[in-house]
Amino acid sequence: MVGMITALILVPLVGALCVSAARPRQARGVALGFNALSAIIAFTLWRNFDSSAAGLQLIERYAWIPALGAEYLVGIDGLSLLLVLLTSLLFPFALLAQQGSRGLCALMLVMQSALYGTFTAQNFVLWFLFYEMSLIPSFLLIKLWGGEKRAHAATKFFLYTFLGSVAMLLAFLGLYFVHGTFDFARLAELGKTGLLTSNISWLAFAGIFVGLAVKVPLFPFHTWLPDAYETAPTGVAMVLTGTLSKMGVYGFVRLLLPLFPSEMRVVGPWLLGLAVCSIIFASLAAWAQTDLKRIVAYLSINHLGYCMLGLFAITARTAEPMVETQAALSGVFMQIFNHGITAATLFYYVGLLEQRRGARGLDDFGGLMQRAPLLCGWMSIAMFSSLGLPGLNGFVGEFLIFKGSFALAASFTAVAVLGLLITAIVFLRAMQALFSGPLAGSCSAFPELRPKEKLVLLPATLLMFAIGIAPQFIFNIFNTTVVQMAQLFA
Amino acid sequence: MTFSLVPSLWLIPAAPLVVSLLILSLKKSRHSASAMLAIFGQLVALGFSAAAFLQTLATPGFRVVHNFTWFSFGEQSLRIGWVLDPLTAAMLIMITFVALWIFVFSVGYMAGDEHFARFFAYLSFFTAAMLGVVIANSLLLLFVCWELVGIASYLLIGFWIHKPSAAAAAKKAFITTRIGDLGFFVGLLWLYGSSGTLLFYEEGRGCLESAALLAIGPSATAIALLIFCGAVSKSGQFPLHVWLPDAMEGPTPVSALIHAATMVAAGVFLVARVYPLFSMGGVVAGGVDPGHAGLSAAGYNGVTPSLTVVVWVGVITALMASLIALAQWDIKRILAYSTVSQLGLMMVSLGVGGVAVGVMHLLAHGFFKALLFLGAGSVIHSCQHEQDIRRMGGLRGMIPITLITYAVGMMALSGVPLFFAGAWTKEEILQATAHWPGSRVPHYLMMAGVVLTALYMTRQMIYVFFGRRHAASERAHESPRVMTLPLIVLAFCTIALSLLLTPAWPWLHEYLSGARAHFETARLIQPALLVSFALVAAGIGLGILIYRNPTERDPLEAAQPALFRFLENRMWLDEIYARTVIAFSRMAARLSDWMDRHVWDGLVRTVGGIARLFGDLNKGADERGINAAVDETTFGARDLGRVISAAHSGQVQTYLGAVGVGMLALLLLYAWLG
Amino acid sequence: MTPTLQLFLLVSAALFCIGLLAALSRRHAIFILIGIELMLAAANLNFVAFWRFDPQPQAPTGVMVAIFAIAIAAAEAAVGLALVIAVYRHYRTTNVDQLDQLKG
Repeated sequence: MVGMITALILVPLVGALCVSAARPRQARGVALGFNALSAIIAFTLWRNFDSSAAGLQLIERYAWIPALGAEYLVGIDGLSLLLVLLTSLLFPFALLAQQGSRGLCALMLVMQSALYGTFTAQNFVLWFLFYEMSLIPSFLLIKLWGGEKRAHAATKFFLYTFLGSVAMLLAFLGLYFVHGTFDFARLAELGKTGLLTSNISWLAFAGIFVGLAVKVPLFPFHTWLPDAYETAPTGVAMVLTGTLSKMGVYGFVRLLLPLFPSEMRVVGPWLLGLAVCSIIFASLAAWAQTDLKRIVAYLSINHLGYCMLGLFAITARTAEPMVETQAALSGVFMQIFNHGITAATLFYYVGLLEQRRGARGLDDFGGLMQRAPLLCGWMSIAMFSSLGLPGLNGFVGEFLIFKGSFALAASFTAVAVLGLLITAIVFLRAMQALFSGPLAGSCSAFPELRPKEKLVLLPATLLMFAIGIAPQFIFNIFNTTVVQMAQLFA
Repeated sequence: MTFSLVPSLWLIPAAPLVVSLLILSLKKSRHSASAMLAIFGQLVALGFSAAAFLQTLATPGFRVVHNFTWFSFGEQSLRIGWVLDPLTAAMLIMITFVALWIFVFSVGYMAGDEHFARFFAYLSFFTAAMLGVVIANSLLLLFVCWELVGIASYLLIGFWIHKPSAAAAAKKAFITTRIGDLGFFVGLLWLYGSSGTLLFYEEGRGCLESAALLAIGPSATAIALLIFCGAVSKSGQFPLHVWLPDAMEGPTPVSALIHAATMVAAGVFLVARVYPLFSMGGVVAGGVDPGHAGLSAAGYNGVTPSLTVVVWVGVITALMASLIALAQWDIKRILAYSTVSQLGLMMVSLGVGGVAVGVMHLLAHGFFKALLFLGAGSVIHSCQHEQDIRRMGGLRGMIPITLITYAVGMMALSGVPLFFAGAWTKEEILQATAHWPGSRVPHYLMMAGVVLTALYMTRQMIYVFFGRRHAASERAHESPRVMTLPLIVLAFCTIALSLLLTPAWPWLHEYLSGARAHFETARLIQPALLVSFALVAAGIGLGILIYRNPTERDPLEAAQPALFRFLENRMWLDEIYARTVIAFSRMAARLSDWMDRHVWDGLVRTVGGIARLFGDLNKGADERGINAAVDETTFGARDLGRVISAAHSGQVQTYLGAVGVGMLALLLLYAWLG
Repeated sequence: MTPTLQLFLLVSAALFCIGLLAALSRRHAIFILIGIELMLAAANLNFVAFWRFDPQPQAPTGVMVAIFAIAIAAAEAAVGLALVIAVYRHYRTTNVDQLDQLKG
């Protein structure tokens, strides 16, 4: 009997095969069907998940390569479940964002499977396998279906992330030679007392840090991102920002923080500085962009910067009450989910605009409010959600991150708050350029939101409001995990 | 009373909010339905507010809270709630009442606008957000609604979205207020971190109650000042007031709503709400329990650093704005600056300890400023949307109702004694400043402010209603009934309200301070009263004297052209900001983009380049070393093969000969070896 | 003159040399074949001579070998002639100097 998590990982893979065999016109339909199936499995997981119990649940463990200490070990805790749910939500959304050929749909499904694997694997070898498995489809998706400059962007993306992965692999091999295990839980246990002797441990730390920082990305390892997101087709950009960047954050929570607490503490202030730089510089850079996709890409860096701020603040201080750690962690988890939804939605809107106008520069539009008030209104909701307007989802996570990290690292947080202002400026500038003013000649025949598009956007928009107003149902997923992790980091 | 309205207090903001959503879901063309719905929503809110108000009358110092958990994270829960106390109740009444009449006025003013329905949806949303601010019993909930107020103002100021100036003004308003909100947000985080709760009142555990205040201790000053940043931006205090005059780009009812009932009042309300935080510092030293300082601080003389800042910000704002108002030509801009200066006045009042007085002035101001703005709207409407007071003139006979009601508002604003609401409150503020132990300077500056207010309002009256007629005023006509009715009602209320404010029966004051009012005529006659009356008289008299012949060229301009230019251009503050703060941040943005493209990416490219260099070296070694050796071997083998293959002549006999020779050689070898 | 082994060997060596000479020097394929037949005959003569002059005469092994060799030589001559005819048909010549298709 195949376990539920294994089924979750396998279904998209089977789907990819079926899509390759399907007729080209039916490819997207088939892919969506498999998406629905995996979503059902994911929601069943949610139902079977006991949110009040700590630790891993629904574990499946099989021997795999005993000689390497590699075993097939998957299981979920609150964080994993959250990310699995996010992945299940985003992929159909991303597939609906564009007309997909067979290859594109199949590769998307492969990537989905890899993501499920990454978020559920609890053994490094398995995890790393899935982690790398996501890289190939994303490279191909950018390279084959991207816009101009795609070859350059895809190569940059691949080399960047691959180098990061290599660094991480080396670091883990080092750990394995010393401790002979790849099991996350056991490594975390060992981490409390210090995994390695001084110098080597710094090397291992640096290797894993670089690998994850590239993935998130954290300033100054972010320069692949704007190019990659800019050229990627809409749906791929949605998935890249919505889920792939979360792999980095997930890695930080699952690997770096538990394994290297003392190293994190030593370099904590520097890392906080990097996080603040991510927040400030990325939002400033977004201000200077004129390409809508690049704007959203930069703001994506900015928003993940908040996650990093929360995480680094947790490790920067030790003697703080659990309250603040829990707040920051909850905020980070919330922000992961919210950013996934909101950034993907924004990319979807940019895709809509690009489809209609054939361009996506700020200057290519004007006065859209007069032609397409609904599109503008709905898009504004996503923008306001992204700039952290209370009542929408973005605020809840950011508030908790700031609440936690302000108590833990006040000065850094006080500077980081400026990011909220700059984000607001960026979005208001975009709104002014797109929606208001006299109608631009090129937009005189701009079509309004179509019913089909409304249907796609409605769930995302409703989710933004739901999380903004009554976020408890999301918190329930990971509250116990937060408590457990806060104890682990303390 | 067994039945408490407090748990269902949320219905008050919910009514307009639901209405707003309903209107948005209606068809665009259903004008009357949307207007009816919006007004109905306001009526419901007003009804609930009145019920809530009646409940607070039961006992002096009434305060009931209803708290609940919004969400829980980790092992804790974040609690929010609503509170009903005299401050809330009075604000509720003022907001819903004034907003109601602004809605009615809008029906006339916005008639014929293509986006009539959307306008009412936004207006309803705006009041809903403001009502949320007022009932919040949690700084977080207050902040949430506060931001919603900001977004509503953004939508409304930029309502005429096709106008680039409106879009720019909306953006400016949102961003300027957000600057202050950042301070507010940080203050909120700090408060949350140090007190562990954001609830104002919760049976002694709230952050405004004594236990928490003592726990906060010395950081209270910083927290208060950070929160004050929010109030500064929202209430248009110096130096973040620049958005407020630009906000005139919105339709006039929006200006009325922003300036009277909703947005700008939020800042003053916020300071009044978290007043215990401001009065900390000085009080802790004295050992007095600060938790009960609250609104009953009339006789309270503490001078804390945060309150001193409030006073001086207020003083600067009030004076600066009234000076600028003297040199403006746009009828709405003059009113906008008068709002700024009145808000400064309220801040001063709060700063010197006159919390109840400040709130009273806020309430009174809500009525008469709405009246003035609606009156201005009526004037603009009748002059075919002309806003420059130089091109109006001589309107007195043509729009009588507007003239009379406008005069009421003007007198209330200038502080003409006895029958106008603004007079009493202004008088009390002056008295409060006089008793402030910090310094006497604010008192004198405020007296100058009173004169200036009377002066610029007289100037405006004369320019608009008296003097020669101009093109715009030739065909002026009185506005329809739906627009004049709100004027009349608000004018009436402005006068009626003064009855609640007289020192003889200071009902509102005592209600807000949590005491019972009693009648005493003796308090009417005070020397200080006479002083302020004299100031008002001086202002108006001076105004009539200077502006008796309104001309294109302002008398002040004739006398002091440089000064006038300075004031007319709003002290060049916008320009200074544009050249400094804005230019700097733009530069920072461009710089980070440049850094990203060239420095960070350049770094990556350099690393890539180095790797490539190694690749090239490696390639060279391969080609010249290893490849060459292998090549040479193969070439040698090939050449050798060529030489040998030459022996293969194809001649069978040659081969046979070779075999023979070979055999012979073998034979010889055999013979030789034996 | 008594017949001795040496005499036979000399005759056979001469025969072989003549055959070899013919095979190497003639240009006509038929003559080369005849030369080869001569060399075979020299070998047969050797077999018979060595058998005949063996100190303990045995069963007639040398004669048997010679008879086999003659039979094989006959077959070989037949094949060789057929080849010559085939080559002649193809190249219209039997001059081996012109037949250099095996050249390397």
